[in-house]
Amino acid sequence: MNKINLLKPDKKNIKLFIFLGVSFFSLGIIDFSLNHFLNTNITSFLPGYISFLTPLFFGMIGLHFIRIEFSGIKQLDNLNKNINTSNFNAALSICIILLVIFSIPPLLNWFIFEANIAGDKKEDCTGDGACWVYIKVWFNRFMYGMYPNAEQWRVNTTFIIVLGLAGLGYFFPLKLKKYLTLYYVIFLPIISFLLIYYLISGGEFGLVWVETGAWGGLSLTFIVSFFSLIFCFPIGMMFALGRRSNLPTLKWTSILFIEFWRGVPLITVLFMSAVMFPMFLPDGTYVDKLIRVIIAIVLFEAAYTAEVIRGGLQALPRGQYDAAKSIGMGYWKMHLLVILPQALKLVIPGIANTFLALVKDTPLIFVVGLLELAGMLGLAKTNPEWLGFSMEGYVFAAIIFWIICYGMSKYSYNLEQKYKTDR
Amino acid sequence: MKIKKILPQLLTLLTIVLIFGFFTINAQINMDNRGIEFGFGFLKQEASFDIQFSLIDYDGSRSYARAYLVGLLNTLLVSFIGIIFCTILGVIVGVARLSPNYLIKKTAAFYVEFFRNIPLLLQIFFWYFAALRALPMPEDATLILGTSFMTIKGLYTPAPVWNNFDVFIISLILALIIIFFFNRFAKKKQEEEGIQYPKFLISLGVFIILPLLTFLFGGVDLSWSFPKLKQLATTSFTYEGGLSIPPELIALTLALALYTATFIAENVRAGIQGISKGQKEAAASIGLTPGQILKLVIMPQALRIIIPPTTNQYLNLTKNSSLAAAIAYPDLVLVFAGTAMMQTGRAIEIVAITMATYLTISLAISVLMNWYNKRIAIQEK
Repeated sequence: MNKINLLKPDKKNIKLFIFLGVSFFSLGIIDFSLNHFLNTNITSFLPGYISFLTPLFFGMIGLHFIRIEFSGIKQLDNLNKNINTSNFNAALSICIILLVIFSIPPLLNWFIFEANIAGDKKEDCTGDGACWVYIKVWFNRFMYGMYPNAEQWRVNTTFIIVLGLAGLGYFFPLKLKKYLTLYYVIFLPIISFLLIYYLISGGEFGLVWVETGAWGGLSLTFIVSFFSLIFCFPIGMMFALGRRSNLPTLKWTSILFIEFWRGVPLITVLFMSAVMFPMFLPDGTYVDKLIRVIIAIVLFEAAYTAEVIRGGLQALPRGQYDAAKSIGMGYWKMHLLVILPQALKLVIPGIANTFLALVKDTPLIFVVGLLELAGMLGLAKTNPEWLGFSMEGYVFAAIIFWIICYGMSKYSYNLEQKYKTDR
Repeated sequence: MKIKKILPQLLTLLTIVLIFGFFTINAQINMDNRGIEFGFGFLKQEASFDIQFSLIDYDGSRSYARAYLVGLLNTLLVSFIGIIFCTILGVIVGVARLSPNYLIKKTAAFYVEFFRNIPLLLQIFFWYFAALRALPMPEDATLILGTSFMTIKGLYTPAPVWNNFDVFIISLILALIIIFFFNRFAKKKQEEEGIQYPKFLISLGVFIILPLLTFLFGGVDLSWSFPKLKQLATTSFTYEGGLSIPPELIALTLALALYTATFIAENVRAGIQGISKGQKEAAASIGLTPGQILKLVIMPQALRIIIPPTTNQYLNLTKNSSLAAAIAYPDLVLVFAGTAMMQTGRAIEIVAITMATYLTISLAISVLMNWYNKRIAIQEK
């Protein structure tokens, strides 16, 4: 029998130490679970705070016993390397494990096991969990706002066509690839605008006219972000080039434009578009609220896009400019053929971040009375028949936005990897 | 050649003048039609509306200018608290993302990906309308840490009651001045004679001891006033005494700090990762201890990467605090661009003042930032 030193676990007594470690660790977990789920404290004979911390102590002792270097067991080595390098690390690991045990079951209960899905009235929500009936009943409103139920196929058709057209660029034959930019920058926006104008707004070809005030929900989020994306990119590019121009008027105009919009919060810009902008137009002209909002967001985001593109322009080495000039290229030729293609590739992550920020900013349009998803939630929450379900609504909206934003950021990451070239 | 330079500039100028001229003339005509006179005289008029939460004396009989000040201070307050919390949280999470511990790394990554991808407005709504509404009524609240109450009407904590507070503040300022000059002296000594003082310990000592002395000799006295439950009517309760923090402020600070911290965490991570391994190895090979490596080699370089984008995030936080209007926290936008504009109908002046205020804050921080960037930029020879 080897001598056993409990303070220094070693390889010779590895079986004993693993047994001790696992038992202590399990004891800690069991103590915590009993305490938390069954309200029985097996260590109640200890004074208050010590009893509270026993799971942590047990777990740490357990992890201490199995912290054996080069044990020869692959799994154990891996475990030690990843969560158990020192006492401090072990303590943190245990805290996180306990936190997971603490929070996952109630969350699952709320989300799934005690939630109500069947039914279509408030009274059907009997469980302690979430009331998904509420989301089910209001789903159409959350997606389409006040858009009439019978006409919602028009919104769907528009989105399907636009998505289809956008996806079409992916299958362009190689011969037509050079027109791809043209297709995305000019053709697609015009088609989308015509579709939205004639199909969603209606009023002609026998379609009922639906005013923009009735648009809402998630579809409005998409419409606003789509148009803002399309317009803020070329405007941003223009001001980025302007800021780097050596003509003083252009330069200072661009600087003033960019710094002004970057310095104010979006909410005040929207206020401006709502209350101040009509004062600046000739008496009697009326610009639709939605269009004013889109203009405001475009101007605001264009300034951010401009700064991102400028970063890309600055990152290019001077040699690129000199080389382009030395073979006799003019300003526009140089920028279109040499500088911008390289600079834009560099700023893909930055542009993606700006677009993400734009999508996350769209809920703000509630200040001018347009109700997209978050705004509709506010409306549904105050409906006297459905009081008290704000939690479900916000969780639902958060999940939807999270999926959109996370998807976009992952896509931009892939794009970045795809276009990455070594220079 | 010359025409190529002058023509675009002339065209730009012409466009700008035309646009602004068009707007000004229209605005003039519109205001004449409605009988409004452009001007800022309304700022002196009586505001005659109440603001729920204010740091300075305010009531309905004060002027619009005073209301503006209240709103501005509230905006600055929430930004200040938010910046402190998001910095602490962001640094911890950013370092945690680089931890060798798998669980910590993944938890930090989960936190960042989760909070970063949900619109801030939704988060504010969530905290205010869903999470804080689930708190108990004042009469059912339990004590937290033996001193505070967390209720649906806000947080009630003990408030400090000072005697001779000004002496205390003066001593603090004095301590800061002493520390500043001491550090300069120590730096000079180190550069000229190579003598190192324990700068941090001495600074900390001065900062703590000097204000403490005022308690003994300066007549400064600190006591606490605790919140006590008080019955207003049979079913209506409130707390008296102590400091009450409205739920709007809590929800707003919480959402702003949790959201901005994700961005700061990413900045911190990028900053530390941006230092090449060679730096650390080189420092170790000339015999610096791990503590010295972190303090003298890694941090100065990492900070150079971290600070500029982080300041940008502080600025974003300040601008995002204008979302307060959505949950009726009386910040600049709600008080001034909301209530005051409704009452006076002076859209142009009020929106202009509000924007100018935010613009001033942004530009001031930008200028400071540029100065700092220049100071810490690598001095290439």
